[in-house]
Amino acid sequence: MSGAARKTVPGRLPGAGQPAGRGPPWMSLGTPAEKSMSFWPSARRLLGRLRPQRLRMACVVALSVASVAFSVAGPILIGRATNIIFSGVVGKQLAAGMTKRQAVDAERAAGHIHLAEMFARMHLVPGAGIAFKALATTLLEVVALYLASATFLWAQGYLLNEVVQAVVRRLRSEVEEKIHRLPLRYFDRQPRGELLSRVTNDIGNLSQSLQQSLSQLLTALLTLVGVVSMMIVISPLLALIALVTIPLALLLTRMIGRRSQRHFIAQWTHTGDLNGQIEEAFTGHELVKVFGRQPEVARDFDAKNDQLFGASFAAQFISGLIMPAVMFAGSLNYVLVAVIGGLRVATGRMTLGAVQAFIQYSRSFNRPLTQVASMAGTMQSGIASAERVFDLLDEQEQTSEPEAPARPAALHGRVEFQHVSFRYEAGKPLIEDLSLVAEPGHTIAIVGPTGAGKTTLVNLILRFYELDGGRITLDGVDIATMRRDELRSSVGMVLQDAWLFHGTIRDNIRYGRPDATAEEILEAARATFVDRFVRSLPEGYDTVIDEESSNISAGQRQLITIARAFLTRPALLILDEATSSVDTRTEALVQHAMAALRSNRTSFVIAHRLSTIRDADLILVMRDGRIVEQGTHEVLLTRRGAYHDLYNAQFGGEQTGEGERVADGGRARQSAAGA
Amino acid sequence: MLIRVLRTYLRPYGSWLTAVVVLQLFGTIASLYLPTFNADIIDYGIVRGDTAYIVRTGGWMLLMTLGQIACSVAAAYCGARVSMSFGRDLRAALFRRVMGFSGREVAQFGAPSLITRGTNDVQQVQMLVAVSSSVMISAPIMGVGAIIMAVREDPGLSWLLGVSVPILAAVVGAVAWRMMPQFRRMQALTDVANRILREQIGGMRVVRAFVREPQETRRFEQANAGLTGTALRAGRLMALLVPAVVLILNGSSAAVLWFGALRINAGQTQIGDLTAFLVYLTQILMSVMMATFMLMMIPRAAVSADRIGEVLGTESSVAPPRDPVKSVVTQGQVEFRGVLFRYPGAAAAVLQDISFSVNAGQTLAIIGSTGAGKTTLVSLIPRLFDVTEGAVLVDGVDVRMLDPELLWTRVGFVPQRSYLFSGTVASNLRYGNPQATPQELWRALEVAQARDFVEAMPGGLDAPIAQGGTNVSGGQRQRLAIARALVRKPEIYLFDESFSALDLATDARLRAALRPVTRHAAVIIVAQRVSTIQDADRIAVLEGGAFVGFGSHRELLRSCPTYAEIAASQLSALEVA
Repeated sequence: MSGAARKTVPGRLPGAGQPAGRGPPWMSLGTPAEKSMSFWPSARRLLGRLRPQRLRMACVVALSVASVAFSVAGPILIGRATNIIFSGVVGKQLAAGMTKRQAVDAERAAGHIHLAEMFARMHLVPGAGIAFKALATTLLEVVALYLASATFLWAQGYLLNEVVQAVVRRLRSEVEEKIHRLPLRYFDRQPRGELLSRVTNDIGNLSQSLQQSLSQLLTALLTLVGVVSMMIVISPLLALIALVTIPLALLLTRMIGRRSQRHFIAQWTHTGDLNGQIEEAFTGHELVKVFGRQPEVARDFDAKNDQLFGASFAAQFISGLIMPAVMFAGSLNYVLVAVIGGLRVATGRMTLGAVQAFIQYSRSFNRPLTQVASMAGTMQSGIASAERVFDLLDEQEQTSEPEAPARPAALHGRVEFQHVSFRYEAGKPLIEDLSLVAEPGHTIAIVGPTGAGKTTLVNLILRFYELDGGRITLDGVDIATMRRDELRSSVGMVLQDAWLFHGTIRDNIRYGRPDATAEEILEAARATFVDRFVRSLPEGYDTVIDEESSNISAGQRQLITIARAFLTRPALLILDEATSSVDTRTEALVQHAMAALRSNRTSFVIAHRLSTIRDADLILVMRDGRIVEQGTHEVLLTRRGAYHDLYNAQFGGEQTGEGERVADGGRARQSAAGA
Repeated sequence: MLIRVLRTYLRPYGSWLTAVVVLQLFGTIASLYLPTFNADIIDYGIVRGDTAYIVRTGGWMLLMTLGQIACSVAAAYCGARVSMSFGRDLRAALFRRVMGFSGREVAQFGAPSLITRGTNDVQQVQMLVAVSSSVMISAPIMGVGAIIMAVREDPGLSWLLGVSVPILAAVVGAVAWRMMPQFRRMQALTDVANRILREQIGGMRVVRAFVREPQETRRFEQANAGLTGTALRAGRLMALLVPAVVLILNGSSAAVLWFGALRINAGQTQIGDLTAFLVYLTQILMSVMMATFMLMMIPRAAVSADRIGEVLGTESSVAPPRDPVKSVVTQGQVEFRGVLFRYPGAAAAVLQDISFSVNAGQTLAIIGSTGAGKTTLVSLIPRLFDVTEGAVLVDGVDVRMLDPELLWTRVGFVPQRSYLFSGTVASNLRYGNPQATPQELWRALEVAQARDFVEAMPGGLDAPIAQGGTNVSGGQRQRLAIARALVRKPEIYLFDESFSALDLATDARLRAALRPVTRHAAVIIVAQRVSTIQDADRIAVLEGGAFVGFGSHRELLRSCPTYAEIAASQLSALEVA
């Protein structure tokens, strides 16, 4: 089969025909180049995530409308209270017994046109003081009004909080689930720190900005609508002026926003980069030190840190301009209203009270406007993060499970490779036209020089990667037509890298079989000699292992991974240099346990130990992705081919040490050295 | 801790910060003055019908507005500069501190936690500074300005300020106080969720091989639920804030009107003053609210600052010498004198009574069972840890007295976990010796038995290496790590289980090629395989932190039962053959 990209090859990989290896493919992909910003598509997509919450969202909007309606009505009531006081003050100055009309006429006669106008509009009882009863009623109404408004606002905030948290929770889950569906190739090329930054920093930022902005944005926008409608009621002309400033504010926001969005994207990209660099430096901490690379690493860090500083400074400053810009539009509005309103009053076309109320409203019009503007920065930063999260969610997944998954009728553990070919990178074949048969219960030892493709071979059995050609069958069924989880549950594995998760030793042992009983766990631990060292730990099986596992040695980690595989008792066993860090005495014991584990199970063992190889039912000698020889130990030795050479080269030394009479070049040398 | 962090890292930007305050002050005064101009328009323009005055005053107002905007823009610039510089400096300080740590401190915090502290936590504190430099500075100015104006308008009503401001502060404070522990928990739970994600990504193959995706998802779901639950609780408290403020603000307005009316009725005040008082009251309470909004960021930032402070406050247990020895006679000699090593707080010693010396041209091998203390022993030489008692000497000088740079240049270290850095083969090989020529690199690769596969890699020396070296096999990684140490041409070689992933043939070839290269160097090899070490000059058998055997392969076979046992266990298989 050609190297044409199959479904699993992510679309972002360089074209299949391209000569491989010119520059690291994952480097250019790992740091997403500054891409064209797509604020609105991402924002729309983010809003779309509210859809499952639409009922609650409808309630939120309704509550916001109610709350805003009550609070917009507030100034009118307060105005009425002011009027009551004012009427009382004015009325007190007038002679008692006068009618309101007489008072108005008297003022007009005195030439106080404005006062007369004002009196005419007032509820005036000459001679009477402030109507405290009416005032009390009005003020109680004010309190009741705001109590209602506050209650609605609280309910809105409460509900919105639930909505946002539900959305964020869902998003986090989706990212986590996505991780399990991405092909392993994705992780091969993506720097870990960068990926982690996406799933931690970006989601964190996103939820924070969603929480902060959504509630404020909603009330601010509704307040704007409320206030504008009140303004139109008072004076359509002045409302028109105010409405001119809104597009101006929007235009300014848009102009600035477009610039700052770019910097926000850069900010989060650089955050990811820096995260990657920090991760690498901290993980390889010892080496950096001992190799005296601190100055270089620090320089590299400083460069990235400066880049982040540059981007975040620009983002912060430019988005910080939105607020003054909108304030400018607001103030312009205020000045225009004051001037034009003043001119109109002076020419007698409007009352002073109306202008005052209008000014009041246009002031309260400014506040939501600046609020929206100040949220713009937060929103932009959040959307930039959302885009990076969506990018991750959009990554091509591994091929989906077959609709009608096949399943071997009975698990015997017969594995067959039929003309299998595979490559990590297009144009660079790694395994080509490989065929082999593993009979049930047999132990297959894979030997060959490092880099011959042994690890890749066993990875293929687990379907960590999809084949580029040929097929692999388990008991006659093509594994590509099986469900991955079913395939993998029938396989036990001990990998080169002893990966344990944060948890107790007990939990780590039962990782593959959470329902194992205490006796079973103990049995597995005993069989693999985990029990022995666990007993010497102060907290025994409850000892918590951390990610870096500094509290137990590498060899002990590996023993635990062996116990873990032991407990699952699978039909098929894969051991990849599983005991390289275990001391040899322990290993000899483990070998016995492993031999017991291997009986009745098909086992693929990448082993360097002679005992394993020699006892194997089938030995595969690999070189450059091909099986150059296969057969049993005796057969291969008599054939005097590649295995024979390898055997002599590898195990000559051991035999010499034992004093056996195997003459090879190594003997004289080593005895000389030993003397 | 927050205050200390802020004080230390904001100090260099004192003048910028002052600029922000001054600019905000001007901006606030301008915005407090705008209503006065408006009053002038009414009092002089409208009442006298002077349209020219109205337009002229309008012009002044516009100018004032522009001045205010200019101040805001300049303040935004300075604020962004201060906050982002602060963040950059804090990140750099943290990074440098961690790079100075010994393995013990790194293990104590855990690399993942250190990474979160270096990025996420710094971000939180930086955000606080960013917001402070805009709102948190202008709000008090606005508040104080408004209080002065209000008291001037009507001192008789000022007592109302004395009631409503504390009430508001108390309510907001109480809510914020209850939110503090929620935020703290949130940060801790975020750590948990992030750690699970890290583990999942790191252990991807194991997770998939054991078909544990559903369980992993459930595990994450648990953390996610916990995080969401805490965020919900914090959010519910937060939802109380704005309504409470709205209520208090307008309740106060009603109170002002009521008591104002009483005072007016008694002839103690004017109605105009009352309206003005009302405006200023609103302004005061608004700025209190703004300030408290910002205060809510403080608990979060304080938690982050604590976490940052913990790192910054931790001294490396391996302190550089005060008066370092800068030059020594270069020999390549290592000596342990009665070394005892114990982790702080631990009862049992990891190593005890270790004495030996290795001269240039000699090879010492250390063998012993898993957990015997072999790795700890070699780690003492490049001072990844310091001895508890006794001394480690390099060329006759205590390593604790040596200039660290000098010490490290003479040590070629191949750690147990061969870690490669992202870059290329060449960049990794040049890690300890940036000036190395391609010829030197190839020579090192040849010795390390890595020439063939590097040649086969696309790009050869320029072939890409992924972070950690995950794109090459374990054996290739180990050989590249060996080559990397060779390129340094040190006087002391430390191989900590550096041949474990190699097949025996490669192992043997590598050691043979190594011999001429290390002829003039001291070599210490930690290994499990007898075959790897049997041709060493001397072999030390480490058991439970102490030497139980010391001598050549032959001597030990006879004299040391532990060694004989190890040898037998490895070779027993052959006897059956």
